[in-house]
Amino acid sequence: MTATRTKLHWDYAPAPESRDAATLKPSYDLFIGGAWSAPTDGTRIKTINPATEEELAEVAFAGPGDVARAVEAARAAAPGWAATAPLERGKYLFRIARLIQERARELAVVETLDGGKPIRESRDVDIPLAAAHFFSYAGWADKLDYALAGRAHAPRGVVGQVVPWNFPLLMAAWKLAPALACGNTAVLKPAETTPLTALLLAEIVQESGLPDGVINIIPGDGSAGAALVRSNVDKVAFTGSTAVGKEIQRALAGTDVGLTLELGGKSANILFEDAALDQAVEGIIEGIFFNQGHVCCAGSRLLLQESVAEEVVRKLWARMERLRVGDPLDKNTDVGAINSAEQLARISELVEAGEREGATRRSITCALPETGYWFPPTLFLDVAPANRITVEEIFGPVVSVMTFRTPKEAVERANNSAYGLAAGVWTDNGAKAFEVASALRAGVVWQNTYNKFDPTAAFGGYKESGFGREGGPAGLLPYVRLT
Amino acid sequence: MSRSLIPVSRIGVEERAAALGRRSIKTTAKRQGILLATSMIDLTTLEGADTPGKVRHLCAKAVCPDPARPEIPSVAAVCVYPSLVAVAREALEGTGVKVASVATGFPSGQTSLAVKVEETRDAVAAGATEIDMVISREAYLAGDDARVAHEIQAVKEACGSAHLKVILETAELPTYAHVRHASQLAIDAGADVIKTSTGKASQGATPGVVLVMLETVRDHFERTRQVVGVKAAGGVSTTKAALHMLVLVKETLGDEWLTPDRFRIGASSLLNDLLLQYAKLDGGHYGRPEDFSKE
Repeated sequence: MTATRTKLHWDYAPAPESRDAATLKPSYDLFIGGAWSAPTDGTRIKTINPATEEELAEVAFAGPGDVARAVEAARAAAPGWAATAPLERGKYLFRIARLIQERARELAVVETLDGGKPIRESRDVDIPLAAAHFFSYAGWADKLDYALAGRAHAPRGVVGQVVPWNFPLLMAAWKLAPALACGNTAVLKPAETTPLTALLLAEIVQESGLPDGVINIIPGDGSAGAALVRSNVDKVAFTGSTAVGKEIQRALAGTDVGLTLELGGKSANILFEDAALDQAVEGIIEGIFFNQGHVCCAGSRLLLQESVAEEVVRKLWARMERLRVGDPLDKNTDVGAINSAEQLARISELVEAGEREGATRRSITCALPETGYWFPPTLFLDVAPANRITVEEIFGPVVSVMTFRTPKEAVERANNSAYGLAAGVWTDNGAKAFEVASALRAGVVWQNTYNKFDPTAAFGGYKESGFGREGGPAGLLPYVRLT
Repeated sequence: MSRSLIPVSRIGVEERAAALGRRSIKTTAKRQGILLATSMIDLTTLEGADTPGKVRHLCAKAVCPDPARPEIPSVAAVCVYPSLVAVAREALEGTGVKVASVATGFPSGQTSLAVKVEETRDAVAAGATEIDMVISREAYLAGDDARVAHEIQAVKEACGSAHLKVILETAELPTYAHVRHASQLAIDAGADVIKTSTGKASQGATPGVVLVMLETVRDHFERTRQVVGVKAAGGVSTTKAALHMLVLVKETLGDEWLTPDRFRIGASSLLNDLLLQYAKLDGGHYGRPEDFSKE
């Protein structure tokens, strides 16, 4: 008998997560005062799956009257919630956290369907972190005296919160958990293109037995957000674009309404010649292609020390070519769909501008689905500091590569931005890592990693990336009035 | 001369290796993966109690792992101690399954170079076409890279036309940076294949270690276009672990490395788990362990 020898080709078979994990209702109302209610002066729109353009469900959008109703409901619930014993408030937050965990699979599938992000990310990052934020702030609820160093404090009252479409449930958790822990009631407006997980969260809030009106969730477009921040609220928390953030700050100027803004970024990922290069390449990939680059702290400006630039670009390109772009529900997909047609148009416009201004574009060649919104992972070489792709936030899977010669030059280039949200430093030399990190004007600096989030760590920006911190004990401050 | 290490981040390596372990391998991919992994096995027995009878049984299994399923390929090689090479060679004559032998004072490597060279010549003369040598950790940990390299060169010479696999015994190396360094040292000294472990140490082929070795081989190929193989040995005993190895290879070196010429898995109990899982895909239910022969 002789050996059997056949040439084998090996590729992954499709491994889609089951859509049956999620049962969506055909239509969703607004969640106001602990109950579902139809919009009085709002509309209903269809929310779609950006990977297929299929309609997922019909969602009520709040009109100005609905916004006012939601704020009133929160206002009515505020005294009771503020008077609830802190330990009891914590128990509700623990319950919400556990319910998120129980429904994690369903939430992950819906997040992926509604937003286009790979199921790998919604399953391993978005949903577990959302639960973790509720768990973490549940623990703070009865320890505010310690977090605030013994200062006398009171809740702000009613907070209006507007969250973006890139991490829909996670951003809702970032906003709601500290607000409730500190004794505030909230009106949350999810993003126009991704309302569904926030509405599932409303179901969870109902199931948790949280007193009516403590959390109100009203989907809507930009006009609903604008109405909310200008309504009778005591504090506004906004995560989104710098342009809208500036409008909000103008609208609230001279009022007693508290404000925190988490805005755009053009974060620098700095790689020194003494870094662990293969792991740094993974960090670059994670930094810019995580969630299709729809990340405010994305490492979109890659600064390479000139001595290793060629080698790193070669490794980066080889790694990019192995990215699996496609069906977000497939468990082996690395890069999913762009969130909306509007966002795709913006990415395309900036990439074209990059080409026009003379930068060298390299996009991986991969088969993209016929329907839905897609953009191939892209890098730009020969980029000048003044190019639009260096200066403006693209919010897509596009990284601009520049070089530097010395640590001093790296810091100068990194800080040469209107933004200051995050940065990455890659070096095996600990002293250099800390020296560079402390010279960077960025709210978050990652050393030898990127895009790592934890509910105990403060997150927020410098300059046009906004102000105020979310996460950890620092994230409690915006939600209390120190007396 | 002091050694210069290329930095490797432990956290980064283990994160990447673990992420690749979460690839979902189902249906046809699992079936093909099992067949591929089977064809890459160095079916191994390295016990003091090995006898000619046991080795003959193992060889029969190596050529035809499951007589009921002829589509399951033969394994790549049978790996034995030098004293049993002749038995294996006779049993595998004309089958295409290769005869591999450990040599050089396996597993500790604590003998003189003269003995190592002699043992290698012996095994080759008896019919081994592949030699699995161990590096001298005693020299490596003491910083004597020159002696490590010299020993590899001497054994390589003694191999003649036989393929040389160099075992780094990574569980005994201090860090991933040393795994990378020792890998390059072995490659530069003439290794045809770099191999993780003897299977006799506390840990074997962990995903992180295999990833670092694959990256070293990839970078060496980029620089020189010279192909070097990798063998993961020790601890790869389940289908899941074996498929994880294939994913590491596929996404680090690419499909060209997914052949028995370039990637091997050294194992003894893995084969039966692969057969069990294959039968499960075939029949929809798990067989009993006793349905598969134990050699």
